Amino acid sequence: MKVNDVVLQTAAKVVFFIILLFSIFIFFAGHYTPGGGFVGGLLATGAIALLLLAYDLRTVQQLLPFNFMIVVAIGLLLSIGMASGSIIFNVPFFTHAFDDFYLPLFGATSLHTAMIFDAGVYLVVIGAAMTIIQAIGGDS
Amino acid sequence: MIFFPVLAAIFVPILFRKLKSIHTGWFVLIIPITLFIYYTGFIQTTMNGGHAISSLEWIPSLDISFVSYIDGLSLLFSLLITGIGALVVLYSIFYLDKTREKLNNFYVYLLMFMTAMLGIVQSDNIITLYLFWELTSISSFLLIGYWYTRDGSRFGALKSMLITVFGGLMMLGGFVLLGIMGDTYSIRELIANASNLVGQEFFILALVLVLLGAFTKSAQFPFYIWLPDAMEAPTPVSAYLHSATMVKAGLYLVARFTPVFAVSEVWIWLVTGIGLLTLFWGAFFAVKQTDLKAILAFSTVSQLGLIMSLLGASAISYHVDAGTALFKFAGFAAVFHLINHAVFKGSLFMVAGIVDHETGTRDIRKLGGLMGVMPISFTVAFIGSMSMAGLPPFGGFLSKELFLTSTLALKDFNLFNFSTWGIIFPIVAWIASVFTFIYSFYFVFKTFAGKRKKESLSVEPKEAPVGMLIAPVILAVLVVVIFFIPNVVGDTLVNPAVVAMQAGLYSHPSEVLVHVSAWHGWTPELLMTLGIIGLGSILFLTMRKWQPLYNLQPELLSLNGLYDSLMMAGEKGMNRLSRLYMTGVFRTYLIYMFVSIVVITLATLFIKDAFKVDFNSFAPLNAYGILTAVLLILSVVMILTAKTRITAVIALGGVGYSVAFFFVIYKAPDLALTQLVIETITVVLFLLAFHRLPELKRHGESKGFRLGNFIVAAGVGITMALVALSAHSQKLIPSISQFYKDTVYSEAGGGNIVNVILVDYRGFDTLFEIAVLSIAGIGVYSMIRLKLPGKGSTDESK
Repeated sequence: MKVNDVVLQTAAKVVFFIILLFSIFIFFAGHYTPGGGFVGGLLATGAIALLLLAYDLRTVQQLLPFNFMIVVAIGLLLSIGMASGSIIFNVPFFTHAFDDFYLPLFGATSLHTAMIFDAGVYLVVIGAAMTIIQAIGGDS
Repeated sequence: MIFFPVLAAIFVPILFRKLKSIHTGWFVLIIPITLFIYYTGFIQTTMNGGHAISSLEWIPSLDISFVSYIDGLSLLFSLLITGIGALVVLYSIFYLDKTREKLNNFYVYLLMFMTAMLGIVQSDNIITLYLFWELTSISSFLLIGYWYTRDGSRFGALKSMLITVFGGLMMLGGFVLLGIMGDTYSIRELIANASNLVGQEFFILALVLVLLGAFTKSAQFPFYIWLPDAMEAPTPVSAYLHSATMVKAGLYLVARFTPVFAVSEVWIWLVTGIGLLTLFWGAFFAVKQTDLKAILAFSTVSQLGLIMSLLGASAISYHVDAGTALFKFAGFAAVFHLINHAVFKGSLFMVAGIVDHETGTRDIRKLGGLMGVMPISFTVAFIGSMSMAGLPPFGGFLSKELFLTSTLALKDFNLFNFSTWGIIFPIVAWIASVFTFIYSFYFVFKTFAGKRKKESLSVEPKEAPVGMLIAPVILAVLVVVIFFIPNVVGDTLVNPAVVAMQAGLYSHPSEVLVHVSAWHGWTPELLMTLGIIGLGSILFLTMRKWQPLYNLQPELLSLNGLYDSLMMAGEKGMNRLSRLYMTGVFRTYLIYMFVSIVVITLATLFIKDAFKVDFNSFAPLNAYGILTAVLLILSVVMILTAKTRITAVIALGGVGYSVAFFFVIYKAPDLALTQLVIETITVVLFLLAFHRLPELKRHGESKGFRLGNFIVAAGVGITMALVALSAHSQKLIPSISQFYKDTVYSEAGGGNIVNVILVDYRGFDTLFEIAVLSIAGIGVYSMIRLKLPGKGSTDESK
């Protein structure tokens, strides 16, 4: 029962980017307003899942040619690397640092090492969720 | 020096492999001889009332070290162990074939055992004493099971192991109690502080536990049952372990602890009573046996009982005035008979081994008339048996006279009810002696006298090789020599041992004024001996008429039957018990867990009186809250009553979204966001799994109602509600959250407390949560993708 779902596919193309943007927004906003790496990662997964619904597994794999388990690994590495990076500066494991910087495009911005950790969380959540979905979806 | 044999044992397998042409036993023989000579050097010291100490630190912080303390008692035992050890090794060289037997195992076990025995008798520290004690159990287990391809060996080894280890553990308990009460692990200090121990709370318990250890090891009633089964061991082992050394470890223990426990009435009654009972029981049943070694085993049991009862009687000397030397006399008799028994029983076992070796059977019904072909063996057996029966001119006669004197003295002792019951002791002792007389004659004459039964023997019997005869002949000569020079033995060995055993009563060995003589006038004990000989001879000659009486005793009612049925019942009962609760049904285990949670929590709440509800601490209700709660409850009810799975899955989604509403109402936006997304994904995954349920197992009907489940579920729910209510009503310490509120911007540079806690304050948790997520992802991937070839068709994940 193959149906032509042009409407879904067209809408997905638009909505995918909106969700992805929202997920990135939520990720960056996490430190001051509700959000953060976990929800952001889940939303990004939702966006990819939408693509999976509109198209099929193989198309999505061609579109996003990642091995999501490697994404998991990169995420874990980022988080652990951040956490242990503090040891180099002779402060306890998992000590964060932050300061205000003047960046050319953004103006006065507060940068926090916790963001790197959150980025790790973000990647792990996407990677793990996608691994599960792809594994279950790919099994017939 | 204690560790010398076990260290030497390291070289035994090497010698066995490298030097095939020489019997390994010859190398081993050097060790006990060296040790024997070494220990002989101490005789002078102990005769003068001295002692020798050497120590080796082991665990100083726990006050445990190897202290070798050589006084009269330990020297006597050390000489027995090494002396008879040397003879047994010599005997085993000719008994065990060097090509067919695994000699490396045999001698390693034997040397291990020798170290353990020396360790027991010389240890001053009760913890190391226990260590060596268990080492004897283990090495004896190995030696009994030496021919491990036979069922009987394995059965006997297991039985002796179980019984002696049971006793050993009890003894450890007693030792620990003693250590706590006396505040020391040193036996000498315990003896010195003996008066402080009496009357302490655990004194009697410690006493009984230590005695259990001694009784199991020394094969006293009712623990003797392992000894006859241990006869499956090679004969040198039986001769060494089960007559001369290991079974005397319990006697040593009793003798050593006499100064500590002798003040107690329980000790005297138990040791003397059990000893006499064992003496009678062993002697009575020895006549029933048809196997040569079994006769000897029962006779060993009986003789050990004799020594045990003498040790009990000797403890009385702590209660009577110095003027009544009779009970000190019992101590002398015990030690003297111990030596005698080790000597003659060793020789008898060796003879039994020779008979077995040369005729191919140990069954006394098939033997007879061997006197002509095996004259030397017969002579040795005759000397040994007559000494065992207590006839002159052999060592056994003297110790039997001393024994009868002591039991006669017991009946006049008027403390602890002995004046009423004491008369039993000489009577039992006398009857037991009659039976001893019978089985001694039975052993020697049924084997060697009478007619040859040629047709029942598979081989033509002949005299044993000279080498095999050396050891028993030496022992037999000793039996006779002891009779003629009892006082030399008494002065050199027995008196120092008695001084050690009755510490505090003597200051020098020469004060033990026991003079042994073969002729001491027309005393009652001599008359008793004559009676023994008379009645014993009559009964022996008419044995064929009354021996069938033994068959009247049903096998099941014997102690062996009791042991067997106990083991069977234990095994079956345990099986049934574990099958009863290990049902393999997951639901049952869940019920166990839930019920224990409910019971333990409610009991704690009740006992601690912790339940309390403080209505003031509750926040006011609002309409949204009530509405969401109603939604939640409706969804839950729907899950429980759902007729199909899909309804349940969707209702579960309803629960999740209502929880998200709750998070919104209670101002937790992060949680609400996450809950919404997670709930969506979970429901999708549930639907995926639902979609994939296998065709056959699909059952759309509703779950049945089970009252048990309902009660358990309600119990858990109510318990948790109660706990939550009371936990909320009594906050013991203020919350930490104010700190987060105060520092979230200044310290962590953030505005969202939840996220800052997650990544900064307590980022460690988050780190491992993402690790959990990764593991879950990889787990799902590998479960689905990695299927072992060949198993794929039956795999459930398909």
